[in-house]
Amino acid sequence: MSKMEPTAEQIKEQKLYAGMGMSDEEFEMAEKILGRTPNWTETGLFSVMWSEHCSYKNSKPVLRKFPTKGPQVLQGPGEGAGIVDIGDEQAVVFKMESHNHPSAIEPYQGAATGVGGIIRDVFSMGARPIAMLNSLRFGELKSERGKYLFEEVVAGIAGYGNCIGIPTVGGEIQFDPCYEGNPLVNAMCVGLIDHKDIQRGIAAGVGNTVMYVGAKTGRDGIHGATFASEELSEDSEEKRPAVQVGDPFMEKLLLEACLEVVKSDALVGIQDMGAAGLTSSSAEMASKAGSGVEMNLDLVPQRETGMTAYEMMLSESQERMLIVVKKGREDEIKAIFDKYGLDAVAIGRVTDDKMLRLLHKGEVVAEVPADALAEDAPVYHKPSAEPAYFAEFQAIENSEPEVADYKEALKSLLQAPTIASKEWVYDQYDYQVRTNTVVAPGSDAAVLRVRGTNKGLAMTTDCNSRYIYLDPETGGKIAVAEAARNIVASGGQPLAITDCLNFGNPEKPEIFWQIEKSADGISAACTALNAPVIGGNVSLYNERSGEAVYPTPTIGMVGLVQDLAHVTTQQVKSAGDVVYLVGETATEFGGSELQKLVYGNIFGKAPSIDLDVEAKRQQAILTAIREGLVQSAHDVSEGGVAVALAEKTFGTEDLGVYVTLEGTAVTALFSESQSRFVVTVKEENAAAFESIVSDAKKIGIVTDDAKITINGDTGILLEGTVEEFRSAWKGAIPCLVKSEA
Amino acid sequence: MKFAVLVFPGSNCDIDMYHAIKDELGEEVEYVWHDATDLSEFDGILVPGGFSYGDYLRCGAMANQSNVMVEVKKAAEAGKPVLGVCNGFQILTEAGLLPGALLRNKNLKFMCRTVQLKVENNDTQFTNQYEKGQIINIPIAHGEGNYFCDEETLAKLKANNQIVFTYSGENPNGSLDDIAGIINERGNVLGMMPHPERAVNDLLGSSDGLALFKSIVKQWREAHV
Repeated sequence: MSKMEPTAEQIKEQKLYAGMGMSDEEFEMAEKILGRTPNWTETGLFSVMWSEHCSYKNSKPVLRKFPTKGPQVLQGPGEGAGIVDIGDEQAVVFKMESHNHPSAIEPYQGAATGVGGIIRDVFSMGARPIAMLNSLRFGELKSERGKYLFEEVVAGIAGYGNCIGIPTVGGEIQFDPCYEGNPLVNAMCVGLIDHKDIQRGIAAGVGNTVMYVGAKTGRDGIHGATFASEELSEDSEEKRPAVQVGDPFMEKLLLEACLEVVKSDALVGIQDMGAAGLTSSSAEMASKAGSGVEMNLDLVPQRETGMTAYEMMLSESQERMLIVVKKGREDEIKAIFDKYGLDAVAIGRVTDDKMLRLLHKGEVVAEVPADALAEDAPVYHKPSAEPAYFAEFQAIENSEPEVADYKEALKSLLQAPTIASKEWVYDQYDYQVRTNTVVAPGSDAAVLRVRGTNKGLAMTTDCNSRYIYLDPETGGKIAVAEAARNIVASGGQPLAITDCLNFGNPEKPEIFWQIEKSADGISAACTALNAPVIGGNVSLYNERSGEAVYPTPTIGMVGLVQDLAHVTTQQVKSAGDVVYLVGETATEFGGSELQKLVYGNIFGKAPSIDLDVEAKRQQAILTAIREGLVQSAHDVSEGGVAVALAEKTFGTEDLGVYVTLEGTAVTALFSESQSRFVVTVKEENAAAFESIVSDAKKIGIVTDDAKITINGDTGILLEGTVEEFRSAWKGAIPCLVKSEA
Repeated sequence: MKFAVLVFPGSNCDIDMYHAIKDELGEEVEYVWHDATDLSEFDGILVPGGFSYGDYLRCGAMANQSNVMVEVKKAAEAGKPVLGVCNGFQILTEAGLLPGALLRNKNLKFMCRTVQLKVENNDTQFTNQYEKGQIINIPIAHGEGNYFCDEETLAKLKANNQIVFTYSGENPNGSLDDIAGIINERGNVLGMMPHPERAVNDLLGSSDGLALFKSIVKQWREAHV
C-alpha cells in the first residue's frame, strides 16, 4: 500500500512540505525547534497542527478581541466546548463547528461527520448531549448541484442525529448565490452536565496510561484539517478521500461508554480525536498538562493493514477518543468499554519531558515538543484593507424599492427560500427524542426542559451575512443581537454564545478586513448583551474558484428560561388580544429580502443598530414575559413586519390579525430595521405591558377570521386569508426541491 | 406493576419510555440490558424505539438475535403484556411475535411529526382507557414505518380485530390500510410505529399516549387483586 517515504533531505530539497500546506518559513521554524530537519512523519505533525484549522494562526489576533469572561462562564474557549453555569450545580455545555469543505464535495458524509464531531466535543467534557442545531447556507436551489447539496446535507444531518438519538431542535438556513459552490454546514451541540462531572483534556500525572478508545483507525480523512485550510477549486473532487465516513451507531456506543467512564475517578483526562486525530489529541493533552506523551503506534487499533506512522497520526477516522487513566486502573476502564464492544487499548504513557514521542516497529519515528505543535504555531497579522465596495455602499442613500402590489410582494417574500417554511427539512429530523423538547422547530428559538427541574434552555443560531457583507461591523452586531432577540422572545435570558467564523481567504486583505470588522461588531454586541464567547471555530478559505462566500460568522446562543411558565412562542394565541409593534421603523433596505427580490442583488447600508436600545428593549420584553403579560412574541427580521405578522398566524387554526401601520407603505411593511418585536398581549394586561415596554405601539388585534389585514395611513395595504399566505410559505421549498427535471 | 425497558446497543427511546412510566405513570420500571437472561421479575415488557445495532442489516434483525429476546418470547407466551414502539415494533415483527414487516416510508425519508391516530379497537389491554373511534395525537419519528403484510395475514388481522390503531386523515408512510399498530391474536403483544411515550405530558404537546400505559396497568391490577 504505502510507498517509501521521502527522507528528511528530500522533504527539504524538493520542498515536499509545501504539498502539506507549509510555507518555507514554517518549515524553517520547525527545523529550528527540532535542531534538525524533520522527517516525513514529523513534517506531517507540524503541517497539520499548524494548519489554520488547528492553530488559528491567521485568526488568533482577531479572536483575542472577543469578551470571554463573565460570572456565569465556567469554561471559556480552549477546551472541547465552553461551559456556562445554570444554577443548581448544573451547567450547559455547547459549541458550534463547521464542516464546510467536506460537505461541499461529499455532502451526506461531510454533514454527518460534522454532527458526529461536535457531539464528541461536548461529551468529551463529560456532558450528556441534549440537542443539536444547524446553521446551513446554500445557493438558491436553482441548479441540480445546489439541490443535491441541500438534500444530501439535510439527509446526512438527519441520518447521524436520528440514529444517535440526540434531537435536532433548531437552527436556520439561508440561501444566496454566493454559497452555490461553497455551502456552509455549521453544527452546534448543546449538552448538560453536573459541575462535579466536568472533564478536561489533559495528560497529567507522569506514568499514567494513555488509552485509545472507540473505532479503529483507517486511512480516511488523512490531512482533512489541511484540506479545510485551502480554497475549493475544480480539483477539490480529488480530495474526496479526505472526507471521513461516519458511523452514528459506533458513536452512540462511544457516547454511552464515555459518560460511564467520566463517573470513574480512574479517569484523568479525555479528548476527542477530531481534526488531526491522534496528533492533536495527544499533543494538546500533553501541552495543556505541561507534560509529555509517548505512544507506541503498533498498539493502535487499525482497520487496514500496513499503515505507516504518518498515516495513523494524520488519519481523521471518526468515533475515536484519547483518554488518560491512572496507572494500574486500566482494567476498570476497559471493562466499561467491553460492555459496549468497543476497543480500549493502552497505547502509551504520560512522561515528564514535554515531548510527543512516537514509536513504531521498534523505532522512534517522531520526537517533537508537544508545546511546539499545540501552542507555538506561528501567528500571522494579516494585512487588512477596506474593500472599495464599502465606501460605495455607504454613500448610497437609503430608499424604498418600488413595489406595485403589496400582497404579491408579501407572497413572494414568503416564498423566498430563506424565509419560507423549513418544515421539509425539520420533518426529517427527530426533534423530540429524549422527550425534553418544549418548543420544537418553527418558532424563534427552540426550548428544552431540564428534566427534574422547572428550568428550560432556549437555543438558536443566527447570522444574516448580507448585512455583514455590506457592513461587517454593523452586521456582526446584528447577528448577535438577533440571536439574543430570539432567545428573549422565547422567554430566556441570553447566557453566552459560540461562533463559527466562516470567511473567504484571509490572505486577501479585503477578506481579512471583513473578519476584523465583524469580530469588532460581535464583541461589542456580546458585551452590551452580556453574552460572552465561550468557544467556537474558524473556517477560512471558503471560496470556490476565487469567489468568496459572504462573510458569515454564525452565532449560536443559549439562554436560560428560569421557569417553564415563561416559555413563549411566536404564534398568536387568542382572538381579541392586542398586537403591539415594539421598536422604531426606518427606511432600511440594504441587504434586505425585498431588495434582493426587487433588484436581484444587494447594495447600500446595512440596517443600523443601537446596542443600548437593543439591550434595554430586550430586558423590557423579558421582564414583561416573566410577569406573565405576553401571549406571543416574535422578532422582526427578514421580510420586515409583514412577514413577521404572517408568521405569527401560521401554525394557528383559525386566527388572524388586523393591524394598521404608520409611515410609508413599503417601509412599514417590509423594512428590516433592527431591534423590533411583534408581541400580542391580552386586553386586560395591555396597561401593565405598556408600563414595562414603554416603546410598544398598539397596531391592532388578533382576529378569529383567519385573515391577515394590514392597513396603512391611507387604507388597506394588503389583505388575504391566512391559508393563501401559508400555502405560499409552506410549499416553496418542497416545490424548489421537486422541480428537478 | 413493574416494567422492564429493554436496552439494545443503539436503543435511544429507552429513556423516554423509562420516564413515561416512572414520572408520568408512577409505576416501577427498570432498564434491562440486551444480554439479560431472566425477565421473570417483570410484569410488563417495553421494547423501545431507536436504532438497535444501528439498524444495519435490517431494522430489528440483529436485536432479535440477542439473549433478552428469548426471554421476551417466554414472557409473551406467559401472557405478559409486551409493547414494542417504533424500532421495538420492528424487533417484534423480526421475532415473529407480530405478523408483517415495516418497509421504508413511501417518500423514502425519515419523518418526525405529530399525527392523528384512530383507536380501532379499544377492547384490548393496551387501549381500554380509550373510546372506540377516538382520535388521538401521537408523534411519529421513523424512516421505516410502512407496514406491510400479505393478503391472507391482512384478512386475519381484520377478522380478529388485531388492527388497534390506524392513521386518521393523511397516511404518512404508506402503510397498508393505514395501519399504525397491531396486536397479536392472544391480545398481549402490541406493536406500533407512533410513540405513545412521547405523548404523556401536555408541556411537550400531547398527553394522549398516557391512557395506553394506564390501560396496561388497569388490566394488570384487575388480574392481580
